[in-house]
Amino acid sequence: MSSIAKKKGFGASLWDYLTTVDHKKIAILYLAAGGLFFVIGGIEAMLIRIQLAKPDNDFVSAGLFNEIITMHGTTMIFLAAMPLLFAFMNAVMPLQIGARDVAFPFLNALGFWLFLFGGLFLNLSWFMGGAPDAGWTSYASLSLASEGHGVDFYALGLQVSGAGTYIAGINFLVTIINMRAPGMTYMRMPLFTWTTFVASALILFAFPPLTVGLFFLIFDRMFGGNFFDHTMGGNTIIWEHLFWIFGHPEVYILILPAFGIFSEIFSLFSRKRLFGYSSMVFATVLIGFLGFMVWAHHMFTVGLGPTANAIFSVATMAIAVPTGMKIFNWLLTIWGGSIKVTVPMLYALGFIPSFVAGGVTGIMQAAAPLDYQLHDSYFIVAHFHYVIVGGVVLAILAAVHLYWPLMFNQMLSEKLGKWTFWFFFIGFHCTFFIQHFLGLMGMPRRVFTFGADQGWDTFNLISSLGAILMAIGVIILVVNVIITIVKNEKVGNDPWGDGRTLEWAIPQPIPFYNFKQTPLVRGLDTFWIEKQEGNKEGMTYAEPLSDIHMPNGSIIPLVMSFGLFVASFGALYNGEKDWAIPVLVLGLAITFASMAIRSIKDDHGFHVHKEDILKNEGGNK
Amino acid sequence: MDFNTKYTPQSWPDHPEQVTLEGKNKFLGFWLFLAGETVLFSSLFATYLALKNKGPSGMEFSTQTLFELPLVFVMTMILLTSSLTSVYAMYHMKNHNFKGMQTWLAITVILGIAFLCLEIYEFNHYVHLGFTYGQSAFSTAFFTLVGTHGLHVAIGLGWIILLLIRNAKRGFSLYNAPKYYTASLYWHFIDVVWVFIFTVVYLMGVVG
Repeated sequence: MSSIAKKKGFGASLWDYLTTVDHKKIAILYLAAGGLFFVIGGIEAMLIRIQLAKPDNDFVSAGLFNEIITMHGTTMIFLAAMPLLFAFMNAVMPLQIGARDVAFPFLNALGFWLFLFGGLFLNLSWFMGGAPDAGWTSYASLSLASEGHGVDFYALGLQVSGAGTYIAGINFLVTIINMRAPGMTYMRMPLFTWTTFVASALILFAFPPLTVGLFFLIFDRMFGGNFFDHTMGGNTIIWEHLFWIFGHPEVYILILPAFGIFSEIFSLFSRKRLFGYSSMVFATVLIGFLGFMVWAHHMFTVGLGPTANAIFSVATMAIAVPTGMKIFNWLLTIWGGSIKVTVPMLYALGFIPSFVAGGVTGIMQAAAPLDYQLHDSYFIVAHFHYVIVGGVVLAILAAVHLYWPLMFNQMLSEKLGKWTFWFFFIGFHCTFFIQHFLGLMGMPRRVFTFGADQGWDTFNLISSLGAILMAIGVIILVVNVIITIVKNEKVGNDPWGDGRTLEWAIPQPIPFYNFKQTPLVRGLDTFWIEKQEGNKEGMTYAEPLSDIHMPNGSIIPLVMSFGLFVASFGALYNGEKDWAIPVLVLGLAITFASMAIRSIKDDHGFHVHKEDILKNEGGNK
Repeated sequence: MDFNTKYTPQSWPDHPEQVTLEGKNKFLGFWLFLAGETVLFSSLFATYLALKNKGPSGMEFSTQTLFELPLVFVMTMILLTSSLTSVYAMYHMKNHNFKGMQTWLAITVILGIAFLCLEIYEFNHYVHLGFTYGQSAFSTAFFTLVGTHGLHVAIGLGWIILLLIRNAKRGFSLYNAPKYYTASLYWHFIDVVWVFIFTVVYLMGVVG
C-alpha cells in the first residue's frame, strides 16, 4: 500500500476521513464535530438569554425553555467541551511523547464515531417529538415523570457517546504508559500530557457509574424497571449518587486538560521553564484523586445528614489547596519571563482572574450551611459558568489558536484573534458576574421567566447583552477560521518561534507516520534543549532510519457505532411500535457482526519503506 | 517482530502475549478495561444492596423465601472449575501446546454454557413464581445485577468460541497469543464477579 503523496478527489478524501485511524485526522474530526455542537449549544444559550432579557417574556414557552436549558447543558458538557479537548489530546499528546500514533488507532476511530452518533441521536430529539426537558442532571424524580421521548433520547444518546469517551480514556492511558519515546520519563512529560493522563484515569473510573445510572433510567422508562419508583420500593436518590459520582470527576476531566493547555502556554510565551514542574504534577494527581471524594457536595440539601455533609464539605475545600498551588506556579512562570502577548497568552492571562473568581465561589458553596442558601439559585449558575467558561472554554479557544498551526500548518489571524478574545472575555464577565447578585437576590435557576416587580430586570438585561458580546466573539472566530482556510498560507514547523516541547519539533506538514525516527528525549522541554545547543537537525534521534509499521484504515468503527445508533431507536420505541424490538436486535446484530469481522479478519497493518521516507523528506499529505 | 514468524516450543517466548508492542498495549488496555468494569459492577452491587427486599407494600418475595443455595452452589462450582480449566489453557499456551490449549478452552466453554443454562433455568423459575423484572425494585435490581453478569458470560463464551474456530487450523502466533490471553483474563474476571454475587446476593441473602 503506497499511501504517500497522492492527490485525491473529494470522494477519496471523504472516504479517507470515514476510515481513518490516524490520530491527527481523528483530531480534526473531533474539532469539527465538537465545534459544530459548540455552536448548537451556543445558539441554545442565546435563546435562553433572549427569553430572560425582559420580565414576563413569551419568546419561548415554559416547556420549550426546559428543553433548551437541558440541551444547552448536555450539549456543552458532553458534545462540545469534551470532544474539543479530545481533539487537542489526539492532535498533540502523541506528538508530545514522540509516539507514532495512539496505542489503539482502531479504537480511537471507534471512540469518535460513537461520540458522533450518540450526539446526533441526542439532537435528533428536536425533530422527533421534543428534546429532553429534565435538566442536564436529569434527576430521576423529574425525568421519570417527563412526558414523551425526550429523556429517552438523553439516556440512550449519552450511553452511546459515553461508551466512546470511555474507550478514548483507556486508549490515552495505554498510549502514555507504553508509547513514550526513549528518555521520556514520567517526570519529563509535558504538563498537557500529564493532565491528559490524569483526566483519562478519571474517565476510566467515572464513566462506568454514569453508564449504570443511564441503564437504570433506560430500564425504568423503557423496559418496566423500578429502580427509582418509590411506590415499587425504588429509591430516586440512587440516581443522584450515581450521576454525581460521575458528574463531579467530570468537571475535573474537563478542567485538568485546560490546566495543561495553560501550562504549555505560560511556559511557551514567557519563554521560561514552567515554574514548579514537579509540584504541578503532584497537584494534578491530587486534584484527580480528591475529585472522587466530593460528589455529595452537589447533594447537601438532599438530607444526607450533618456528618456526611461535614465530611464532603471539608474534602471539597481541600481541593482548593492543589488548585491554588497551580495558580501560584503559573504566576511565577510569568514572573521575570520574556513575555510575548499573543492570542493564546491573552486567553491564559484572562483565565487566571476568571478561574480564581470561579474557584472562590466554589469554596463558598463548599460550606454546607451557606450552600443551603445558594442551592438552585443563579449564584450556582454564575459559579459553574465561571469555572467552565472561564476555565475550560477559554482554554479551548486558546488551544484553537495555539495548535491551529500544528494541526493545519496555517496560522489564525492574530488581529482577529484579539478581537475574538476581547469580545468574548468582556461578554463573559458581563454575562455571568452579575448573575452572582441575581442569585443572592433570590432568582432561582431554571425558571423560564420572572415578574417585573421582582427587581431582576436590569441585571438580567445586562446579562443578556453580555451574551451577545460573546456571540460576536465566536462569530469573529468563525470568520477568522474561514479566512485562514481560504488563504491557506503555510507556516512550517515551530511557528511561534519558541516551541519547547516535542510537538513543535516535527516537520510540517506532519508525515502520517509522525517522526521519521523516534526522537531521543534529553530532558523536560526537550526541543528547547536541542535549540539551545544549536542542533540544526531539530532533534537527536534514538534509532536509525528504518521501515515504519503503520495500521490500516477501516470503515468498521463507523459501522459498529451506526449499529448502536439503530439499536437506540429500537429501545426508544419499545412497547409502543411493533418494529421496536426487531430494530433493536438488528442494530445490536450490526454492532456484534462488525466486532466479529474485526476479530476474524487479520489486520497486520503495513510497512512504510525506508526509501519512501527518504524521498518524502519534509512531510506529505 | 513479524507476526508470521513460525515458532517451535524452544523458540516460543515466555510471555508470548507481551512480545509485540500491540500485545503489550492489549495487555495493559485490557487490565484498565477490567478496572472500569470493576467500578461498573460495584455500582450495581451498591444499588442491589440499597434495594434488596424493597418492593410495594405487602410484597411476598424476599431473599429468604426466594433463593435456594443448592442450585447456586452447583453453578458456583461449575464456574470456578471453568476458571481453572482456562488457567490450564494458558499454561499450554506458554508451553506452545496448541492442541492442549484449544482442548482446555473447549472444556471451559462447555462449563460456561452449563452455567448459563442453569442461570436461565433459575431466572425462568423466578419469573414463574411471579418474581418478574418489573415486580418490585428488588426484582429489578436482582435481575440487573445477576443478568449483567450473565450477559458477560454469554459475551465471553462468544468471544472464546470465535477464537477457537478462527485459529483452529493455524496454531500460535504472536498475533493471536494476546487475544487468547485477554479472553482468559476476561473469563477470570467474570469468575471473580460471580464469587461476589454468590456471597453478597445468595449467601448473605439466605444466611445473613
